[in-house]
Amino acid sequence: MTARLAAILCAAVLGLSAATVARAAELKIGMSQFPSSFNPHFDAAVAKSYALQMTQRPITAYDQDWELICLLCIEIPTLENGQAKLETLSDGGQGIAVTYRLQPEATWGDGTPVTSADMVFTWEAGRHPKSGFGNFEIFRRMLAVDVIDEKTFTLHVDRVDFTYSAAPFELLPAHLERAVFEVDPAAYRNRSTYETDTTNPGLAFGPYRIVEVVPGSRIVLVPNPTWWGTPPAFERITLLVIENTAALEANLLSGAIDMIAGELGVTIDQALAFEKRHGDRFNIVYKPGLIYEHVDLNSANPILTDKRVRHALIHGLDREALNRTLFGGKQPVAQTSVSPLDWVYDPDVPSYDFDPERAKALLEEAGWIPGAGGMRQNASGERLTLELMTTAGNRSRELVSQVLQSQWRELGIDARIRNEPARVFFGETLNKRKFTGAAMYAWVSSPENVPRTTLYSDQIPTAENNWAGQNYSGLANAEMDAVIDAIDIELDRGKRKALWSRLQHLYAEELQIIPLYWRASSFILPKWLKGVRPTGHQNSTTLWVEDWYAEGR
Amino acid sequence: MIRYITQRLTESVIVLFVMSFIIYALIGLMPGDPVDLMISANPRATAEDAARLRALYGLDRPIGERYLAWLGAALQGDLGYSRLNSRPVLEVLWPRLGNTVALMGVSFVLAIMLALPCGIVAALRPRTATDTSINLIAFAGISVPPFWLAILLIILFAVVLGWLPAGGMPPSGAGLGAQAAYLALPVATLTIVTVGGIVRFVRAAMIEALRQDYVRTAWAKGLGERQVVLGHVLRNAMIPVVTILALNFGALFSGALITETMFGYLGMGKTIYDAILGNDFNLALVGLLLATATTLLANLAADLCYTWLDPRITYK
Repeated sequence: MTARLAAILCAAVLGLSAATVARAAELKIGMSQFPSSFNPHFDAAVAKSYALQMTQRPITAYDQDWELICLLCIEIPTLENGQAKLETLSDGGQGIAVTYRLQPEATWGDGTPVTSADMVFTWEAGRHPKSGFGNFEIFRRMLAVDVIDEKTFTLHVDRVDFTYSAAPFELLPAHLERAVFEVDPAAYRNRSTYETDTTNPGLAFGPYRIVEVVPGSRIVLVPNPTWWGTPPAFERITLLVIENTAALEANLLSGAIDMIAGELGVTIDQALAFEKRHGDRFNIVYKPGLIYEHVDLNSANPILTDKRVRHALIHGLDREALNRTLFGGKQPVAQTSVSPLDWVYDPDVPSYDFDPERAKALLEEAGWIPGAGGMRQNASGERLTLELMTTAGNRSRELVSQVLQSQWRELGIDARIRNEPARVFFGETLNKRKFTGAAMYAWVSSPENVPRTTLYSDQIPTAENNWAGQNYSGLANAEMDAVIDAIDIELDRGKRKALWSRLQHLYAEELQIIPLYWRASSFILPKWLKGVRPTGHQNSTTLWVEDWYAEGR
Repeated sequence: MIRYITQRLTESVIVLFVMSFIIYALIGLMPGDPVDLMISANPRATAEDAARLRALYGLDRPIGERYLAWLGAALQGDLGYSRLNSRPVLEVLWPRLGNTVALMGVSFVLAIMLALPCGIVAALRPRTATDTSINLIAFAGISVPPFWLAILLIILFAVVLGWLPAGGMPPSGAGLGAQAAYLALPVATLTIVTVGGIVRFVRAAMIEALRQDYVRTAWAKGLGERQVVLGHVLRNAMIPVVTILALNFGALFSGALITETMFGYLGMGKTIYDAILGNDFNLALVGLLLATATTLLANLAADLCYTWLDPRITYK
């Protein structure tokens, strides 16, 4: 009887451990969006990079410390190591030849080696006018690709800028894609093997490969046997798409998912509320990133052409208190459009503390004196009224706009909130500069991203240029233009840093755009999951998924 | 009758043509375009990239020209690709239509099965405790917001009790039991929010029919309650109810947006909604046309149903 009982107990324990091992073998990740495409060169959506960065790697990328590293190559080419060489172009201009050597063991999941032929095909497809690649300009600037051997090639680029070492794009498998592309380049977007046969092993050379896709619902990945790096720890990763964040939380609590992706999950306020209720069961990691919330002040508004008014607006805002109260101190106050995490950030850039007395003095100096009801007016009796716009339905932004309105009202500024649905706000009002006063929204950036499209004077959208460009505030500063031009072509890091410093000073002095805060991503992770390191930039944590492992599950 | 059906079908085709233009124009007139969405997430995209993509996808052409191009291709059987799914539109819509039929069909049938007896009983015993209780439950169903009910059901059955999955779609190759488990909470949510309205409608129609002279005559003839209620009252009361059910059936194909979103269920409602927001012209257009066609067909079916319910109605 005792022996029988012991046998039952042993079986139960063994059964339990088997179940535990089986559970530990799978990681279920909840996210709020499904990729619109699986080809790495169309639609730069976060959902897609989150999934694809487990299966493929760009040639180079910024790592978690914001340093450029090789992922598919073996050495970053530089002028110093001789892998990059200046060359004279046929038109007499200066170009650069950059040589990359691919990882010798890199092999697509079907056993075909990743080779220079893949680079040649990617370049040909990328620069084809009908292919519709999102980053056509990168490939158009490459004048030629010379194949040196199966794993080595040289890119001849038509200009020299400081990003010459970077090749932040994924290679396409020529053995699968060339035939599809050559049939009809215009139809390639839809007929690519990535879309028609997403689970084809030949599309992956990273630590995982996709084995199941239920459009709109889930993506299942398993380890890729041809991966050359650290073996991944999970036998299976399932990405489950649950768009409603309340349902996402309920799924996490019910055990249907193990974690919520920070890149595509809950907002900061939801994460803070979740932490209060369930912080003992999960690790909640907040990582400020490169999404920069700010207020554009329209330069076409006569009130806002006066720099003193712009300075008064920022002195009247208690941004630290706003961060503390609304975001639990997790979204740091921004001083300019350059992140403090970026190596080019200048800590000495002028910062504008909350100083209502200084703000009032500046307004009075600009001729705006208190009138009826405490609201300011100028000598001709015109009230100091500004329209403040942002995206309706975005709870955080709506709250922030109410705080701005209230703090500016304290100064005697009548800020009138007029929010619009994101579709109208971004599609019409911002694009065509139809906002009359202030517009609050965010820019998505990348490390050492030159703000040409947002700060250069020729990027102000107008009817003449068919509303091209994103300089919605209308900032036009000749020195800013010159500094941006100079940064682009300055190869010396020290000199470039000085130029970046000047750019930040100009930004802070002009204040055509009021910096608010850096948005943070909220990662809700199980306590047993280790090795997840948020980057803070556009590269997902999954780019290093082989470093993830379970401990004490 | 055949002539009538042919005429109605011809009218439906004309309505669909007109609707296709209206929907296309409305989507096209919305601010922003797909390229705006593409470049907003890509810090490396340049103004030149945006202009080139607009030209490539024909977004720089007038809306009328784009519509005619779409119509020409559609008439040859090419409904185009979904931008958000990078797949042919029908390849995206068919599975989701199937999911919607399963979700809405089951909840629709369940709602009718519950609403008919409740509505009849409430009408037969007006102002009694039974009537009051049925009405209270019906009003609760009508009043409860579906997103709140969905979260409550998820918390109770998935988080606390752990009996049912919190949402999503069943794994590939899942058996009937697993599929039913995934369907249970969305179906329960939809049934609860739908049944109340139908109960109230059946009750009102029954009370109205019970007052008619022919019902009094039927009682006077000494017919039994079952014969009077089912044979005379219900049959006549069903005419307005069928109208409402036909309209509800039309909504079936545009799906239940909130329920689908809350449970991560891939149905038509969410698909059409995402397509409109994501500027997926082809998908939104075909999805909305499918919903229009279903509404037209359901109303035709309701008209034909009237002749069965009331033989005095004829169509020429």
